[in-house]
Amino acid sequence: MTSRVIELQPQAASGCGQANVLRERGQREVFCGLTGIVWLHRKIQDAFFLVVGSRTCAHLIQSAAGVMIFAEPRFATAIIDERDLAGLADAQDELDRVVARLLERRGDIRTLFLVGSCPSEVIKLDLSRAALRLSQRFAPQVRVLNYSGSGIETTFTQGEDACLASLVPGLPASNETSLVVVGALADVVEDQFARLLAQVGVRNVGFLPARHSDAMPAVGANTRYLLAQPFLADTARMLENRGARRIAAPFPLGVEGTTRWLQAAAAAFGIGAEVVEQVTASARTRAEAALARQRQALQGKSIFFFPDSQLEPPLARFLSRELGMRLTEVGTPYLHREHLAEELALLPASVRLSEGQHVEKQLDRCRAERPDIVVCGLGLANPLEAEGLTTKWAIELVFTPIQGYEQAADLAELFARPLRRRELLAA
Amino acid sequence: MQLTLWTYEGPPHIGAMRIATAMRDLHYVLHAPQGDTYADLLFTMIERRARRPPVTYTTFQARDLGGDTAELFKTAAREAYERFQPQAMIVGASCTAELIQDDPGGLAAALNLPVPVVALELPAYQRKENWGAAETLYQLVRRLAGPSVPTAGTTRERAAGQPARCNILGPTALGFRHRDDLREVHELLQRLGIGIHVVAPLDATPADLARLGEADFNIVLYPEVALPAALWLQRNFGQPLVKTVPIGVGATKEFIREVAALADVDPQPALDDPRSRSTWYARSVDSTYLTGKRVFVFGDATHAVAAARVVSQEFGFTVVGIGTYSREHAREVRDAAKLYGVEPLITDDYLDVEARVAELQPELVLGTQMERHIAKRLGIPCALISAPMHVQDFPARHAPQMGFEGANVLFDTWVHPLMMGLEEHLLHMFRGDFEFHDGAAASHLGHSGPKPPAQAAGAEANAVAAPVAAATGAAPPRVPAGPIVVSDWAPEAQKELQKIPFFVRGKARRNTERFAAERGVALITVETLYDAKAHFGR
Repeated sequence: MTSRVIELQPQAASGCGQANVLRERGQREVFCGLTGIVWLHRKIQDAFFLVVGSRTCAHLIQSAAGVMIFAEPRFATAIIDERDLAGLADAQDELDRVVARLLERRGDIRTLFLVGSCPSEVIKLDLSRAALRLSQRFAPQVRVLNYSGSGIETTFTQGEDACLASLVPGLPASNETSLVVVGALADVVEDQFARLLAQVGVRNVGFLPARHSDAMPAVGANTRYLLAQPFLADTARMLENRGARRIAAPFPLGVEGTTRWLQAAAAAFGIGAEVVEQVTASARTRAEAALARQRQALQGKSIFFFPDSQLEPPLARFLSRELGMRLTEVGTPYLHREHLAEELALLPASVRLSEGQHVEKQLDRCRAERPDIVVCGLGLANPLEAEGLTTKWAIELVFTPIQGYEQAADLAELFARPLRRRELLAA
Repeated sequence: MQLTLWTYEGPPHIGAMRIATAMRDLHYVLHAPQGDTYADLLFTMIERRARRPPVTYTTFQARDLGGDTAELFKTAAREAYERFQPQAMIVGASCTAELIQDDPGGLAAALNLPVPVVALELPAYQRKENWGAAETLYQLVRRLAGPSVPTAGTTRERAAGQPARCNILGPTALGFRHRDDLREVHELLQRLGIGIHVVAPLDATPADLARLGEADFNIVLYPEVALPAALWLQRNFGQPLVKTVPIGVGATKEFIREVAALADVDPQPALDDPRSRSTWYARSVDSTYLTGKRVFVFGDATHAVAAARVVSQEFGFTVVGIGTYSREHAREVRDAAKLYGVEPLITDDYLDVEARVAELQPELVLGTQMERHIAKRLGIPCALISAPMHVQDFPARHAPQMGFEGANVLFDTWVHPLMMGLEEHLLHMFRGDFEFHDGAAASHLGHSGPKPPAQAAGAEANAVAAPVAAATGAAPPRVPAGPIVVSDWAPEAQKELQKIPFFVRGKARRNTERFAAERGVALITVETLYDAKAHFGR
């Protein structure tokens, strides 16, 4: 089976581009940015994440993490108590004490993130001052950074954005021509992309975040960066401030997305599409064959997305174009029009995009629609199943390697499995 | 500020959610930022509830803080009432909303909703989940049953020939085996001919709470949740309360006698239950190997105290440590600790618990989800007795802790993780057997038993060189070994030490080293090892 490289420029006439987007306000059934710690602490292997927050924050992370999968995780919470609030204890002194105790226990830590939360933001606890002071105290062994993962400022994956943005000012400077791939990817995916980009002929490729604190990529005026995730608005802005320029591309989900993503990177360095075609031929053939099997289960099935990770538009594009699924509503917590321009152009004009959330009204629409499968958060999944709908937990799409050719069929399978299961159990 | 890796209890509004989710026709409007909605998954995923908790969150964002979060709350409360039409509502704030001081109670009152609205003050920076649950139930009961409080001096009287009726207070959503305990207690009361007036909060409506005062007495199944409400009912309606928690055969019999006395019925029909097997099982000869098994107990106060009583009086184990994370009920645990002559551990710091377990080297840990992980890391068998727990602790089958069937369940689940009797002896006799090496877990545990490092398998070859960590058959505890000055081990003594079963070897090593240090013995020989064994022999 041969495959053709997809045209770099999408058809101008198609796509939902600037189509009407339903914007809603009401209860948002989403995680806050602290949740990103669950995968970021596995990705950056010498980093520790210290949430400065309440018991709720600690409870959230351990609940979202499935509770204690790791012997000793590299995250913890400094729980603010009434003494801190009443001013009986100086919060900055308290923080120094907690950090000292922590670093004493963990000599292997090179980067410590102080992670702001809703309560720390509301009481205006200055974590940047704390980070600066603690950095001086523990240099050069440990660098202390800060970002906010609070629910009042960040939704779920935006926590990763805030974390990566906090890394950017400390990246080494370099004027060499280079490519930085931005967004936490599973190690296996990162390795595949590194190989493919090298074979295509792109030199000097770095990944942000790197797996170790001393391996973070350099950045400068001749750096081009390529987003691997759609939720990195702040990180992109920080990189632009360092002189780096974005390569516009769809996201590397599915065969089409991955090819266009690699083509965009190649084009930015003057490498032709035919080189990408040649290098990726066998991987594409393999992926398309694997996708064909999943298509049998998914073709013509309707899907409804509740907002969760901002991955919804690229996922919807993949499911509709490569698997023939019918999109009903595609909800996303936030729609970054510039970073998603290429994706929106590829979505069918009939799709209903929604931004923000009023969960009760959205549930009403979902029930009225009776889609074949619903993508939603953990709080909604079982109740919807009990109502007879088939669901896919959105969080799994963030925790699972789904990008690139070799994972395209795995990604499709995540949607096919609940449908297959429902058939099995009904039999 | 407290450095926390894991927390035993959630914040107090989670306790309020456990009450609201347990009840019917009650709705909770929670002033909280986005992200706090994670709490829904505790109920829908961990407990596998098929319905969303009846909670509306305002999910305010930073941009709302400059504007009108109060208006946001009012809109959410109004819409929630219109959509769900509950019999009553509770309103309150989570930790962040507490800081912005919007006064949900006042705002809700201004809406003039046509149902009772109970405002909750749950100080998130002082209190925790169980307290929040107890406070919520107390406030609801006070508000809803308050109007029917009789005038002072009224005496309670039951019409002649009318069977006694009681309320059962305490079972909540996300409770440890609450559903199953309730069924057992229900059956016990049925056998006694005692009527059940209201069960609350589980499956109760606000209207049910309003008629709590009509019952003759109250059973407090879970004091952590129900005691304040039951005490209020006692004060205002003169309802006596039963505080004995029927966990274990002994406590179940006490419970039966107590309720029978209050209901003025004969306890006998309930006391002899042919399904009660745990007493005989504990007496049967194969159980002799349970004698003196060293047990560490940790959990909420009620379950910890009950578990300690059961293992010591009904199973013949030895309690070597007991503790709780609930400071509100620390006194009960301190009293129990005195009974067993051990130091109570009152802490919600997971690291303290881990240090204590590592130090005591028990043969069995009865604890929570946290202790399960501590025990796993230290290679010690463990069973769960208390919240917090995980999805596997909500079994599909009936698995109560209370009543006679509950005692049967306790026997099975606490004895199961231990090495079976004969197997333990064989393991002791044939240390060199290729299938009985240190790495082999009890056969009935399959591959899920403790797994010492691979090199321990070749015990003979590596015995001398094996580091302490390998010899204890577990990852090294992250706890300092204490002030002991370690003597050197002669190679043959080291080899002899390897012949001691791995699950007591750590203790043997410590004891021998302590023995040697106290006597100024520089080199531990085989003689020293056996001298120490004789000295400390139990």
